[in-house]
Amino acid sequence: MSAIEYEPVIGLEIHVQLSTATKMFCGCELSFGEPPNTRTCPVCLGLPGALPVANEMAVHYGLMIGMALGSELAPRSIFHRKNYFYPDLPKGYQISQYDEPLCRGGHLGEVRIHRVHLEEDAAKLIHVGASGRIHGSDASIVDFNRGGTPLAEIVTEPDIRTAEQAAEWLRLLRVTLRRLGVSDVNMEEGSLRCDANISLRRAGSEQLGVKTELKNMNSFRFIERGIKAELVRQEKLLRAGQQVVQETLHFDPASGRITSLRSKEQAHDYRYFPEPDLLPIAISAQMLQQAREAMPELPAAMAARLVQEHSLSVESAERLAFSQELGDYFEAALNASVDPAAPPQALANWLITDLSGRLVEAQAPAQSKVAPAALAALVGLVSAKRISVGAGRQVLDRLVADGGDPAAIVEAEGLAAMDDGEQLAGIVAAAIAANADAVERVKAGNAKAVGPIVGYVMRETKGRADGGEVNRLIAEQLGA
Amino acid sequence: MIDRDEVLHVARLARLALSEQEIEAMQGELSKVLDHVAKIGELDLEGVAPSTHVVEVTGALRPDEPRPCLPREVALASAPAISEDGFLVPSPQA
Amino acid sequence: MSDAEIIGLSAGEAAAAVIAGELDERELYDAYHRRSLEHGGSDALNCLTWVGEAGESGGASQRPLGGVPLAVKDLFCTEDVPSQSGSKILEGYRPPYTATAVSKLQHAGAKMLAKTNQDEFAMGSSNENSAFGPVRNPWDRGRVPGGSSGGSAAAVAAGLAPWALGTDTGGSIRQPAALCGIVGLKPTYGAVSRYGMIAFASSLDQAGPLTRNVADAALMLRHMVGQDEQDATSLVFPEPISIPDGARLEGVRIGVAAELSAGGGIESNVAEAFERTVKLAQDLGAIVKTVELPHAPHALAAYYVLAPAECSSNLARFDGVRYGLRAEPSADSVDGERGLLGMYTHTRHDGFGAEVKRRIMLGTYALSAGYYDAYYGRAQRVRTKIAEDFKKAFAEVDFIVTPTSATVAFELGALTDDPWAMYMNDYFTVPMSLAGIPAISIPCGLGGAGLGPSGEGLPVGFQIVGPAFSENRILAAAHALEAAIGFDSTAAFA
Ligand SMILES: [Mg+2]
Ligand SMILES: [Zn+2]
Repeated sequence: MSAIEYEPVIGLEIHVQLSTATKMFCGCELSFGEPPNTRTCPVCLGLPGALPVANEMAVHYGLMIGMALGSELAPRSIFHRKNYFYPDLPKGYQISQYDEPLCRGGHLGEVRIHRVHLEEDAAKLIHVGASGRIHGSDASIVDFNRGGTPLAEIVTEPDIRTAEQAAEWLRLLRVTLRRLGVSDVNMEEGSLRCDANISLRRAGSEQLGVKTELKNMNSFRFIERGIKAELVRQEKLLRAGQQVVQETLHFDPASGRITSLRSKEQAHDYRYFPEPDLLPIAISAQMLQQAREAMPELPAAMAARLVQEHSLSVESAERLAFSQELGDYFEAALNASVDPAAPPQALANWLITDLSGRLVEAQAPAQSKVAPAALAALVGLVSAKRISVGAGRQVLDRLVADGGDPAAIVEAEGLAAMDDGEQLAGIVAAAIAANADAVERVKAGNAKAVGPIVGYVMRETKGRADGGEVNRLIAEQLGA
Repeated sequence: MIDRDEVLHVARLARLALSEQEIEAMQGELSKVLDHVAKIGELDLEGVAPSTHVVEVTGALRPDEPRPCLPREVALASAPAISEDGFLVPSPQA
Repeated sequence: MSDAEIIGLSAGEAAAAVIAGELDERELYDAYHRRSLEHGGSDALNCLTWVGEAGESGGASQRPLGGVPLAVKDLFCTEDVPSQSGSKILEGYRPPYTATAVSKLQHAGAKMLAKTNQDEFAMGSSNENSAFGPVRNPWDRGRVPGGSSGGSAAAVAAGLAPWALGTDTGGSIRQPAALCGIVGLKPTYGAVSRYGMIAFASSLDQAGPLTRNVADAALMLRHMVGQDEQDATSLVFPEPISIPDGARLEGVRIGVAAELSAGGGIESNVAEAFERTVKLAQDLGAIVKTVELPHAPHALAAYYVLAPAECSSNLARFDGVRYGLRAEPSADSVDGERGLLGMYTHTRHDGFGAEVKRRIMLGTYALSAGYYDAYYGRAQRVRTKIAEDFKKAFAEVDFIVTPTSATVAFELGALTDDPWAMYMNDYFTVPMSLAGIPAISIPCGLGGAGLGPSGEGLPVGFQIVGPAFSENRILAAAHALEAAIGFDSTAAFA
């Protein structure tokens, strides 16, 4: 009898810090590394008598996310209180949403979305340990700067089957959110945080297994490794005939070990009930209109369009569409009217490989000295064989260094491709004469040995000769 | 009748330490009140919508405009225990 | 003017005198200041928890409230002034900001004279639940003033302040006003901002005036109402509040509900005073009808699910971290907890009084897994039915009238060991709170022969209830009745 096959069932819960100017329920500006507890007010400190008022921009961003994910947008949405005690939670409850979230359903790529709701972030707890002991026990310091930052919580259906797919999908979500402009989506800084619900079920069975929740993996690498590790752990248990316990887990990237996060003692009973300090939000036609008007073209759609309109390769299209900098630069270059025109795929290759390769790390092409129109003109010249590929690369070096107009550089440097076949034939003859030994080996059947001969020609012509033509002439003159 | 374990469970949820006498008293008092309260269980409320808010209007939203924050010394002024820049609490990990 | 003359003026009269230049606002303030110091402390009525400095006035003589002194319930946050909500857990707490209702009155020219004692976190009907000791009723210091705004009611009834600010969640303005023989108004939910009011039950709490007469209640309310960008549940009041002057009730349809005129353990002397007043209304031209409020008798049960549930959450912020009391587990930890958990459980054990703990437990239980639908869910539906009952009734009548409280002021300690008996004090006031509609209590005479300073009895309250935002009409009707009743609300002056 064959061994049981298990199939991973993975769902993600993503917390996204929204890049509003102020917090979710008060007018404090969001904090970016300000000194601790300098971005607080009676509301986000949970002072007695203070009341929350929801930030309309957070709702606007929530609607944009819902639209991007094709969710159903609730006409009426209410906030609930999620009650539990923790020092980073000043009111003893988190204002979140429960059974009437802002958005329901939808999908991104092949993964279905369960819901999207708004809530407030917790404050930051800094463990200072023995250094700040109070009454004999270790101490922590609470910094409320982050407390109350608006969060959109995005929950997927359990449609993900592998760790790689989880990381891949999260990348797509990340570029989508970045393109929406609703968040910095920076995992290291915690503006994008991901938890995974993981279980195994018998292949082919609809019956879901017991799931565990893997918390706060703060990089794509950790997400992949964490999920892998948890899948291995669960499979070991099941194969050993043991049970998976439903619990919250923490993945330690250093040790690769998985540890249980919450102590049993903390029985979870959040006692959700409708937040009486906030009335229901009614999503007006005007709010929907504003969100719709603010929607940019999303990465997936842009990639599809680039393939469709410009018949780019899928790979190039996604490279351009999934990086706002490359995508925008590409379209600017494409729209620059240059003669001879630059074929889109060639332009994409020159942008993705040659230009990006020449820029010091992380510099956006738009920030370089190379104007989109200049790159387009250069690619136009090369594609029309007005200059050779090698000459084109030399021109690009100059553009990156000093900027300028490719045609002018070609002119000044005398890099125009040589049209005088006779003259080139002469130089090839000279090259053959100067490389007797290479000629021997080529004749002996070693095609690679042609290198030194071509090199001689290129030196003589300062790279202006067309590589294809040079090879043809060599072959011809060697009578091969 | 609410039993001792329920009292202790609820006290834990509410983060309330209760002395033996308080547990005793609480059991009796809560049970009495719950007996009266339970009478709403007899009403026929089939198809009646729950009212979360009596005023049937929808909530005003706040424009995303910054307001002044409290100076840190004011924020920390009433705290029982502080470090120079934050609120000091017994560590949850401890 | 002599102190006696000054104190004899109503708030409205005093404001007018200051604005007319006939009375110096400092004189006015200091006259009340002297009385507050003399009679407000724990050795006397114990109705004040803080009194301002003498001469703390000036600059308001041209404002509409002319510098008239104001007593403010302890639970209103007042910048740098103790705001403790009657609780040990907030003992000595001085907030960094002031509640909107208070700052609006100050802006109109009111001067804060004192903070008033109250039941802890406004949970109580006798003011015996204060960490700062019980308040005594000026009519009989062996009796309670009612609660939870008992300190505010006592201060006004004793003439320590011309008027006071209170809050009402299930009757906490109206019932103490009734037991102290003064006027108390609970506005429509949302009419007055709750920002800066230390919350008991957010969906029910409303601030309102406690005053010597109806005109003063209107004057104070005029400067309290309005939408506040810091309270999402506050609403635009549809019309300005006018000062009532009518004396007749010609054609006014008044509803009496069987469910709220008998029952609720009503005392005969209260019932008599109530019937007398209904008769008086008829004499003034009112048409009296009977209406039905079938769910009103269930209001108290629903209220004692909803209010504790909200309070269990509202009071979670008192955790010993950012303000107020912190208690670390002693050598013999009460519940065996140490560390953070022990800090929480001991802070809350030491900081909260018995009634507050009881309601936190009740509310936590009602919201906890497996009980939500049976308790909180059902209570919300009862609330819906009660609001519907009132809507139906108000299609037939302009107002509904009830006794405010089933009894006159009772003796200190009489009900302290029977929670439900104490809760029954709110029987006549809770239904309006659940429906979010306005109601006023005015003194309608004395009840209980042999009681009170004159032996003619203790004050009885008469409640007039109208639909949402009917404050102007309620005040007008109350004013007409008040004149006809002729109750002397200076009779208990200290
Ligand atoms: Mg969340
Ligand atoms: Zn804030």
